[in-house]
Amino acid sequence: MSNDVLILGGGVGGTIVANLVAKEVGDHARITVVDTTGVHVYQPGFLYVAVGQDDPEALKRDERSLLRREVKLVVDRATFVNTTTQKVVLTSGRAMRYDELLLATGSRTVLDEVPGGAGAHEFYTLEGAVRLHRALQEFQGGTIVIGVAGIPYKCPPAPVEFAFLLDDYLRARHIREDAQIKLLSPLNRAFTIEATSKVVQPILAERGIELTGFFNVESVDPFARTVASLEGETVEYDLLVLVPPHRGQKVIEDSALGDERGWVPVDKNTLKHTRFANIWAIGDATNIPISKSGSVAHYEASVAAAEIAATVKGEPEPSHLYDGKVTCFLETGQGQATTIQFDYDHPPVSPSPARRWHWAKALFNRAYWHTVPQGRL
Amino acid sequence: MSITIATSLDLKGLSCPLPIIKTAKAMKQLMPGQLLEAIATDPGSVSDFKAWAQSTGNPLVESTQEGGVYRFVLMKKETMQ
Repeated sequence: MSNDVLILGGGVGGTIVANLVAKEVGDHARITVVDTTGVHVYQPGFLYVAVGQDDPEALKRDERSLLRREVKLVVDRATFVNTTTQKVVLTSGRAMRYDELLLATGSRTVLDEVPGGAGAHEFYTLEGAVRLHRALQEFQGGTIVIGVAGIPYKCPPAPVEFAFLLDDYLRARHIREDAQIKLLSPLNRAFTIEATSKVVQPILAERGIELTGFFNVESVDPFARTVASLEGETVEYDLLVLVPPHRGQKVIEDSALGDERGWVPVDKNTLKHTRFANIWAIGDATNIPISKSGSVAHYEASVAAAEIAATVKGEPEPSHLYDGKVTCFLETGQGQATTIQFDYDHPPVSPSPARRWHWAKALFNRAYWHTVPQGRL
Repeated sequence: MSITIATSLDLKGLSCPLPIIKTAKAMKQLMPGQLLEAIATDPGSVSDFKAWAQSTGNPLVESTQEGGVYRFVLMKKETMQ
């Protein structure tokens, strides 16, 4: 008996699951990853590209080189999942059958959903981060505004981290006194998590980063250079950096596998689709109300892989469940960082910023390629 | 001025800051003096709704809790910029 395990998406989650299932099931299944580009991109690096601390090319690897030999890679775009025939249609017209399907399709950013916002800067795509870096290199002074234009978004600490790294960047260029940094926050604090806000807010004040609370970006007037909030306020900018609204991928929406924003409804512990026993989803793609981040995809991957492997082998489902674990680093600038850790049962904690967390993040970013995709960490 | 609820939002299961954002969006659609009811399950929403009301000037006329379900009633302020 041979099963077809099909994985949509060759990001962190899809790659780990492919490798772990392949290792576990041997000849019991054919494992295929369908990825739109065949290039694995390390998204946590975008932030550093924006402030000139990382080279865009260093964030890419050939997906093939990260997959075990027995895993097949198809570079193509999935356009429709037919759950009746258990087939996935690809852009090329090819249809691929599955017995078990993993949706590791991530999220997409839709800046044009913000009226007037299409021209704003962002660092949620590699191209956006490169363009932002160029704009910062040309920046000679004025007001830089950082705002959030939609919830949920990837890597919740990123806007705060960007504010700190931007402060470092402007200081290094000796133009900090000519610049104002304004951080617009959806709530009345710097960060949704209160424990982390308490750590971060005094440092924002110390660095002269101005925090405006309850400013949920609604629209942008690129001619007047103003950004308006749902709450009815308006802020002027010279350079605007927005966290774009996010949605699930089009294939999820077109196949009616998700909610109105394209997020896949799954059981928060088993990661199995609420309506289909042979479909799982992990990472950004799910509707679980926790962080959309690589660390979540990473932790979820071992759970989904164990379940898929057990299903392939006809064994009882494993008791290993996803417990909601999230680990994030948060750069606080000047060579320091803090961390945020929590799960479904334990509220978030953040230690005082220290150099060792910054170095831990830097080390993890380098070690990633040799450990995480392979399922070694 | 009507004393009936103009809009009711079911925000159960949503975690912060989504309840506030959905409420802010819905409040924009109301006429001054109209009431919005929001039902949430996120415990953090108690302080968030209170602070949001203070910050935006839209009065929080009711904030109650029953068995882990929170009910808020906000009134749209008379003049919104």
